[in-house]
Amino acid sequence: MASVALTHLDPASRAATRGWSDLTIRNMFIIPTLVFLIVFNIFPLIYSLGYSFTNFAANRSEPWQFVGLQNYRELLTDDHIWSNFVITAKYVIVSVAGQMIVGFGLALLLNRSFPMKGLITTLLLLPMMMSAAVVGLFWQLLYSPSWGPINYVFGLGDFAWLSNSDSALYAVAITDIWMWSPFVMLLSLAGLSAVPQHLYEAAAIDRASWWYTFTRITLPLVSPILLIALIFRTMEAFKTFDIAYTMTTQPTAELIAIRLYKQAFQQWDTGKSCALAYIVLIMVLAITNLYVKYLNKVKER
Amino acid sequence: MAAVRTSSEIALNRVAIAAVLIATLVFLAPIYWIASTAFKPKELAVSVPPTVLFQPEVTPFVRLFTKRVQMQKTVDPQVYEAAPWWEKRIYDGGERVLKVGKDVQLSQYPDRFMNSLIVAVISTVLAVGMGTFTAYGFSRFKIAGEADLLFFILSTRMLPPVVVAIPMFLMYRAVGLNDSHIGLIILYVAFNLSFSVWLMKGFMDEIPKEYEEAALVDGYTRMQAFFKIVLPEAATGIAATAVFCFITAWNEYAFALIMTNRRAQTAPPFIPSQIGSGLPDWTTIAAGTFLFLLPVAIFTFLLRNHLLRGVTFGAIRK
Repeated sequence: MASVALTHLDPASRAATRGWSDLTIRNMFIIPTLVFLIVFNIFPLIYSLGYSFTNFAANRSEPWQFVGLQNYRELLTDDHIWSNFVITAKYVIVSVAGQMIVGFGLALLLNRSFPMKGLITTLLLLPMMMSAAVVGLFWQLLYSPSWGPINYVFGLGDFAWLSNSDSALYAVAITDIWMWSPFVMLLSLAGLSAVPQHLYEAAAIDRASWWYTFTRITLPLVSPILLIALIFRTMEAFKTFDIAYTMTTQPTAELIAIRLYKQAFQQWDTGKSCALAYIVLIMVLAITNLYVKYLNKVKER
Repeated sequence: MAAVRTSSEIALNRVAIAAVLIATLVFLAPIYWIASTAFKPKELAVSVPPTVLFQPEVTPFVRLFTKRVQMQKTVDPQVYEAAPWWEKRIYDGGERVLKVGKDVQLSQYPDRFMNSLIVAVISTVLAVGMGTFTAYGFSRFKIAGEADLLFFILSTRMLPPVVVAIPMFLMYRAVGLNDSHIGLIILYVAFNLSFSVWLMKGFMDEIPKEYEEAALVDGYTRMQAFFKIVLPEAATGIAATAVFCFITAWNEYAFALIMTNRRAQTAPPFIPSQIGSGLPDWTTIAAGTFLFLLPVAIFTFLLRNHLLRGVTFGAIRK
């Protein structure tokens, strides 16, 4: 009888009704957080949605006018904005593909036992814990033309990675790959260690080739977690601001978040930047939705 | 598995381990470079070929913390002799430390570093505090539309900072919160709260319900059970969540860049702004960067067993 009481507490019993009711406690614990998030995240977004239909400029005191959908119309037909989206897409593809390959490759190498494995894994994870703005700063030092260590090691002489319009975006992507491959590595390692050993044993008995084992056992079983890494990094790369903003001023490396920042806080085109912010926001939320869906799927397994 | 190892497998294993070591060296090289530049004599920071091994010195850190000016003529030998060791290093570089009376004038760096510390610590305490309560609520009670609410909470984390910053900037300007610690703290709490709820919910779900129910049967109220049974059980989780929130706030750049410029400016927007025009003094910048990255490096080691959980918002555990 006692064990029944322990696992199934009757909500109407004396034990459960002592003190505040569960309902009160639940509300007290949850509502402040929801209110806080609504006040400081949702309310500002409603505020800026309103501004996105005006020609408001935050650095001028003249009254603003309602312009309807004009901001959105102008943005969607603006070649400059489209080129920012194309740059962002290029950046996302290069940097996320690089991270997936390097990160998964590292995980495959690390997925065996050897001395000091824990220490080495932790050391490899350091880059992703650092401030992107500061990483961008010190990679400027590494990329310096003439005396920078990267040009010295590769014998590139005076090649100016960050002030060359062709290479700036890729230089930023390389830094991003350095910084975030460890993230993919960490997730991949978790996926790899969850593959049941007996499958490999069975494959070894059948004298399956390394490639066969890899494509028929490893990859299918790790792919859900790789997909999570892929979606998450895509979302983050799409939002990239810090690292690119501190590293280069090249227009060919002007990602959409940088365009948005400039439009809002340098040109003070507030109304239009609110509209652009909304376009970006909708894209991010679409990826977030996808991410959470897969996260829940993997969680259930 | 090990019983049927062929010699080729052993060889492959060795090659893989060698590759791991090489990859580790490549990955750590940039970190070594910034750390070593912080201890280099000025002329070695930009030498060709790059200097890897050298006699380390702490002069860049002295420069980091002091305000200095170039000297027109050489220093009076008596003054030089009377100066403390660190001031001599500045004289050696052809500069002198600015003073008001006898007090050394500090650079802006310690100020910005303190701002980072204040904002990160306070926002972490608030975000983890609120997050722990909310996570318990989601973990233990039936809530209508729970999945949707949790998605809503997570989605606030995914908002691009610049998108949120535009309206927040206007609102802060209206109420005078621009360039204030409180303004930045609010933004960081809002940013970290969702993370803290998700991560703590994972930790709360792992604490067996039976613990509290036994306490309730023993005459505790639900609140007593929460504070005396659940919180101590969740201590590790709370600590890990706090460290993650601290690192996020410590590293944050976009909000700080937009919302602060002087009084409340934190280190991330300040450190890159030191580059300025002309030839930057990389040793001093590296010294500032090194001190700024040090806490994060230490925390990474403390957190090593929780990193996976942290980066997946508590969804994937080992």
